[in-house]
This record gives sequence, structure tokens and C-alpha cells, in this order.
Amino acid sequence: MSVISSYARALAVQTGRAQPVATVRHVHLSATPMVFIPLKLAGEAAAPLAALVGTDPANPRLLVVPQPRNRDLRFAFMAELADVMLPYIEGFAAVTETVEAKTPYERSSDAPQLLVPNRGGVAFTKLLGRSTRFRRADGPYPVHPSVPVLGQWLTFLAERAEYAGSSALVALTEALALHWATGQSPMEDANLATQLAWIAPPEGQNGPEAALAAEDPLTSPPAGPETHPDFDGQVLDHAIRAYESSGSPAQVREALRTQLEPTWALMWQAVRLLRGLPEAATVDARWAKDRDQFTRETARLADGGFPRGRVDGAVSAAIRLADLESALQTYEAQRAFDDPLVMTEHRVAGKAFSGEVVAVDATRRIVPPGKTRPAPRPLVTIRTSDPVRLSPGKRLFSSRNRKQKTEIVSIAGDLVVIQINDQMGRGSTPAPGSVPEVGEIVCYAELDPGGGQRPRLPSGEDTPWTHGGPPAPYVPTDEDAQEAWS
Amino acid sequence: MITLTPEQAAAEATEAILADFTGGPHRGVIVDSPPGAGKTTLVVTAAMTLAGSGERLMIVAQTNEQVDDLTDKLAAKAPTLSIGRLHSDGFSVPSRVTRHPGVTASNKIDQVEACAVVVATADKWAYVSGHTWTWAIVDEAYQMRSDKLLAIAALFDRALFVGDPGQLDPFSVVDTERWAGLAWDPMQSAVAVIGRLNNLPVHRLPVSWRLPASAAPLVSEAFYPFAPFRSGTAAADRELQLTTAGFPVAWDRTLNEAAATGWALHELPNRHTIRTDADAVQACAGLAVRLLQRGAVAHDENGSHDVGPDRIAIGCAHNDQVAAIRAAGVPAGITVDTANRLQGREYDVTIVLHPLSGRRDATAFHLESGRLCVLTSRHRHACIVVARAGIAELLDNQPSTGRVQLNVPVKFPDGWEANHAVLAHLSDHRVQA
Repeated sequence: MSVISSYARALAVQTGRAQPVATVRHVHLSATPMVFIPLKLAGEAAAPLAALVGTDPANPRLLVVPQPRNRDLRFAFMAELADVMLPYIEGFAAVTETVEAKTPYERSSDAPQLLVPNRGGVAFTKLLGRSTRFRRADGPYPVHPSVPVLGQWLTFLAERAEYAGSSALVALTEALALHWATGQSPMEDANLATQLAWIAPPEGQNGPEAALAAEDPLTSPPAGPETHPDFDGQVLDHAIRAYESSGSPAQVREALRTQLEPTWALMWQAVRLLRGLPEAATVDARWAKDRDQFTRETARLADGGFPRGRVDGAVSAAIRLADLESALQTYEAQRAFDDPLVMTEHRVAGKAFSGEVVAVDATRRIVPPGKTRPAPRPLVTIRTSDPVRLSPGKRLFSSRNRKQKTEIVSIAGDLVVIQINDQMGRGSTPAPGSVPEVGEIVCYAELDPGGGQRPRLPSGEDTPWTHGGPPAPYVPTDEDAQEAWS
Repeated sequence: MITLTPEQAAAEATEAILADFTGGPHRGVIVDSPPGAGKTTLVVTAAMTLAGSGERLMIVAQTNEQVDDLTDKLAAKAPTLSIGRLHSDGFSVPSRVTRHPGVTASNKIDQVEACAVVVATADKWAYVSGHTWTWAIVDEAYQMRSDKLLAIAALFDRALFVGDPGQLDPFSVVDTERWAGLAWDPMQSAVAVIGRLNNLPVHRLPVSWRLPASAAPLVSEAFYPFAPFRSGTAAADRELQLTTAGFPVAWDRTLNEAAATGWALHELPNRHTIRTDADAVQACAGLAVRLLQRGAVAHDENGSHDVGPDRIAIGCAHNDQVAAIRAAGVPAGITVDTANRLQGREYDVTIVLHPLSGRRDATAFHLESGRLCVLTSRHRHACIVVARAGIAELLDNQPSTGRVQLNVPVKFPDGWEANHAVLAHLSDHRVQA
């Protein structure tokens, strides 16, 4: 935990109410998100038990597996889920916009957004995708044709969720923790009910009181995917037996409804709270990336794309790691430049500083290393009271112009001298406005928004000997859906 | 049995490595090298042997500093050799490289391609395409992430991978278990991946020329349990002499102990502290100041010299500790850095802020054996560890419990065990502050 978040937590304990740790909203919230609360059967890796799903707060759809040990019923449940989700997901593919780029291309104007209660919900979504995407509508154990398609989409969404800053599949407890610090531990913050109790306690209660009340599994049942053991033993077991003897799922449905409906209300409360914050400047750019990927996946599936493999090949793993790293780097930098409160964390850690410009040498020209002709390299002196822990030569960025590269020349006492290296126009003197002026309040940080050039990796077929050579091409078979442990 | 002298043992190992690399049936050869075992010398010898028989060679190192060091040494040993120093745009090549007439420095591969040896960082090599070499040497291969190797592997046919297995593993800012257990996990080191996917011969360098006789047995036993090595020098070859007598204060007593035995534990009272523990930071800086004031002289197999600021380093785990120690008044010229950046460097005396000092928890990061190994194996004469009391109890109260992942090879040594081994040794050299 950073100093600021520890301080905010202490303050939350002292005041009895969650403290804001962000001034703007850093996640995208769709106008029509789909809330998805899955439950699984205790003791099984990926046996779905029930789900409450939908886009209308007033009209959730309850899906259950009346006997979750029955695999046919599980896949019937998945077909029902596909019935709800696929029209929602595929509906976004219809409307596109043209993106102005070097080679203009089409991109979906909007994309699906799935909201789950917590990290466990994301992991279970991934498992559901894994257990369904290799299934087939023909062959030994046929399923409804929509099931593998849903599996592909759930996999797509769950894999997007690994990228920092993606909003395609959001765990709401994590989204809330990004904006509020509660007086409980990060582990306890994974409980949506108590976390919301700290952030928005009911009238007449403070955070700790409301959180204590919200710990009662009768009023706030677990948000899944695991159910409460008492519920399993005392309610669910009887209801499943009743289904076995009578063939009517009514009792199972009713039991699971009581477990899911309180969370459904909390999910929409969390959405309202997050909507109350103004959107950060770069949220739209990150959502555009999600839309790009959605458009690509739509095209891939339309071409009859194979289900994604369970493990990555050597080359795809390396590419993915590079993508994950650059997404994280960009996200961290954007979040800090968008939000002064987030930047404070970096300033306290000495990785950023803010202050007033006290001197500018705008006409300075030097011969940069590796070059032959002099070029403008203005010096800017900033007076700061921040504890700067950066060393000369360090490359810095600023929200003034996020593309502009600057570097530290010297630090003496509270005076920091930086040199501006680019983004000053083509003239022999810097373009107006490209260099800060005396009296301006500026903030510089070592956070690189990235997006630079990356070396090319070989293609999968050219995997070198060091990494095991080219892998055998994938040929789908009936055994694909088998797990080593199933 | 005839016992080989260190010189004979090292020469025998080098000969076997070169024979296997240039004439063996494998496309790659791995060389495990303990701290200061003449890894760079091996690379230079291999380069000169290949260049001598008219072969073209590419050398890969991980940082610009390593590349410059290597180029400098290679050019000094083989002045007639044409060496290309390939670098990125805007990088200014230091004068220790450009002073050699045989070195051509450029950011374009076409301008150095004709050289017998081309040296560059792995990052720079990744941008080279359309050129191939028969021979490659990958230096510091244990510091290289396997995805970096993937990007350059198409450039060469055969390669010598040289590195120190006891040092810090490469890392990623991304925290994911997605590839755990996969043979080509991109977050592993390059050697881990080639070793698992290709049955390559592994050689060892048996002698550390850097570590004194007081340090080699401990470092070998604690951090290289299955690849033992010995010191190339005898106890009498190295002496650290303090030319002035000390005061009877803790700092001076610690220095006396270090000078006499090669080790000292400067122990502060047991307390839980923040990372930048003011007392520990003060002790690190103060010990460095006193060391200079007392006029240390190092006597070794090459003669005698004063221990100046450039021969002293202070190492710690975190960047904020580095900043705090620098701010505490360290004499100019003394290196203060994190373990990650001290890798591959060498000093006469090192002062180490113990990674677990003052902590309430022993996390995987602070327990990592490579971190402690780097910090306690940079010195030619003495190593002074500054720590709060109570680390042994912390280790016992918090046994390391990492998550078990299927198909992940077990790594030795275990950080918990290595930490205990070092602490047990240091307890004989304890000076209470």
C-alpha cells in the first residue's frame, strides 16, 4: 500500500466513512452495462449453479441449474445464458464508425460491458469460457450451437480483463477500491456488501456499523461465485432433493433468488455511485482500445476462428506479456496525469514533483549527443517543496504535453532544473506555448505514457530452436474439451 | 588424487567450455559462473579464439554499461581486432570505448556489420533483422528475460550462454500466473527456458577470483549448494589495513572486525521500522565516512592501493533506501545502489543494508536469495552488513510459503535457508551498536 492509501484508510477509520482516493472516474461505464452475478457449486471447479443477469435493474433474469451435478443441465443453463448474453454482445457489432488513421478502418461505436461483483467473478467467467468454448454441436456429447460461441465470448472478455485499464469485464469491488479507501483491509474490500457499507452507509449509521451489519450472511449473502456453506447445507441441499423427487425446479429457483437478489441491488448501487464521478480524460481512449479488440474478435469469429488454446505458445506468450506491460505502463501514467490525487501518491514517493517555474532559458541551443547540429534544448527551473527522489538524466513527462520528453539536469535544494528535448516545433526557437513560462505551476513525473516503438518478434511458425521450435498447427478434435483433471 | 591449483582448475574449465562450444554437437552451451569467476575473461577469450580463426561473432549483453565494459576489455586485450559497438540512437558512447582505434561505434548495423565482433544490448539486437551470424555469445544470460532471447534468436546459429545463476531473476511489472509452469514462460530467464527445452551441456567456472578466502566458502554454501566453487586466493593474499586506530565506538569496532575477518554485522537494537529506517540509514552512511577517514589500504595479489570512494559501495533493496542513504551524507564517489543495479559490479568493501532489517514480514521479494547473494558477493576484501536485531526470529515466525505451481522447476537455494545460513555466519562477527 502506498503512503496515501494507508493514510486514507486510517482517515476512514477515524471518520467512520470511506475516503475518496480519486477525483475522477478511471473506469468506463457503459450506458447499458450487463450485470452478471454467477454462482457455482461448492467443491466443483466449474459447475455453474445459478446466475442473475441482465441490463435492466428492474428486470433481472434468474437462471439456475436445478441439479448442478448433471452435466446436461449445466450445458442447458449455458445455452440459456447464451440466449441472454449473445444478443447483447453481438448487438454491438452492427453499428460501426470509421476511424481516421493512416489506413482508415471500421470500429464498433460501442462494445459490450460485463459487470461482475468481484475478482472471483472474473475468474469464474474465465472458467465458464474454458469449459464451453471447446464444446461442439455435433460429436459425442453435443451441446446447443450457441454454447461454444458464448464460450468464445466469455473467454474474450475474461482475457481482456487481464489488461490494465480495460473496462470490458469489470469487477465492481475493484472499481470501487480504485476510487474510495475504506477502513477495512484490502482483503475485506473484496466483499461488495461491506465495501459499499463503508462508502455509502444507510441513514443514521456510520461505516463500521453498516459494515458489521452487512457481514450477516442472511441480509447480505455472499456475492459469489462461492455460496455460504450454511445455505448449501440447510437450504440448497433440500431444494435439490425436492427437485429430484418432484421434477419441479421451483424450490431451487426460490432458494437461489434469495441469495442473488441482495447482490443485484448492491451492484446497481455501485454503478450509481461510480456514475456520480466525472469521467477521467483518458477513459475514452482506453475504451476505444476495448472497442478495437471487440471489433477484431467479431471479425475473427465471423471467419470461423478456432477457440483460443488453453496455453499460449512461446511467441504469443511473449507478445501478450509485452502488451500487458505496455498497457499497465500507459494506464499508470494516464491515471496519474488525469487525477491530481493519484499524482500525489507519486509525489509523496519522490517519483514526481510539482512546483512553480522560477526561471526559463528558452533560447538555449546545444548539440545533442549523437547529432552534429545545434538544436533548441531550453532549460526550465522549478521550485518545489516535494521530496524529489529522481536523479539527473532521468526522463520525465508532464500532463502539460504528455508526448513531450524532458530530462532532469540538476537538483539543488528545492530547485529542479529540467531540459526540454522535443515537441517544440521545427523552428530554431521553441514554438509559443511549447515551453512553460515563469510563474506557471507545473508537475513532472517519471511516468512514461509509452506507446513507443517495439521490436518485432518472429511469427509462431518461425519459433526459434531456443524456444522449442515451431509448434504443430492446431487441428480441432472431439477430445479438445477434455481436461486433464476431469 | 592430484589437487589442481585455482589457476589450473580455471584454465581446464575454460578449455573444456571452448572445445564444447566450437566443436561440440550442441547448438548452445550454458556456463554457470559464480560471482567474480572470470566470466568476462571467458567471453573475451572465446571472442578472440573465434575471431582468430576468421569467424564473425555477435555478443549480446543486457545493459549499455555491460556492453561498454566488455568492449573496453576486449579492445584492450586484442587491439588488432575490429570491434563494432552497436548502440541506440542518441546514446553517447563513453570515451573508455571510443579511445580504442579498433572500435567502430554506430547506431546502424550496416556500418559495423563488417567487424569481426559486434557488441550490443539485447534490446538493440532486437531491432536488427536480415543479418545472421554463425556464432553468438550471450553474456549475463540469467539476467535476460526469455522473451528478449526470443526476439534475437533468429540472428545466430550457435550460442554460448554465460551468466551467474545465483543472482536476481529478471522480473516483470505485470503480476500474472498465466504462464506459470510453461516451459517457455516469458517471465523466466533465458537460460531457464533454453535449458528446459533443449538438452544443453552445462559447464561451471570453479574459481572466484573476486571473493576473498573469507567469503567464498559462505557464498558457495549458502547460494550455490549444488555448484560449489572456491576462492582463487589464499587468506594471506588479501589484507584490509586501517592506517589509523579507531575510537572505542560501535562504528569503529565494526570496521575493525570487518578489516580483521572480512565480515561484520553492525547490529542495531530490535525494532520494527519503516523502510527508510533513520538509524540504519545513518549507520550505512556513517560507516562509509569512517572507513574513508581511517585511511583503509587494501593489500592483494596485485599489490597495495588506498581504498578510495570508488572502491566502496553501499547496497540495499529499495530505491527509497538508496535515496535516503545518499541524502544522509555519503562522501562523493561512493556507489549507493539497489541490488539489481549492483549486479556484476566489484568493490573492495561493501556496506549492505540487510533487506529484512526492521521488517515485520518476510515477503518473497525480501527473502529472494538472489538479492542477498548479490549484496554479499560484490567485495574483494570485506562486507559489512547493517541490520536490526531479530531477523532470525522473523524468519522463524514467517516461514516462506509461496504458492505451489504445477510444472514449475524447484529453485535452489531456498531464500529462507540462504538467509539463515548467512545470518548464522554473521552472528560470529556481530558488533552491537
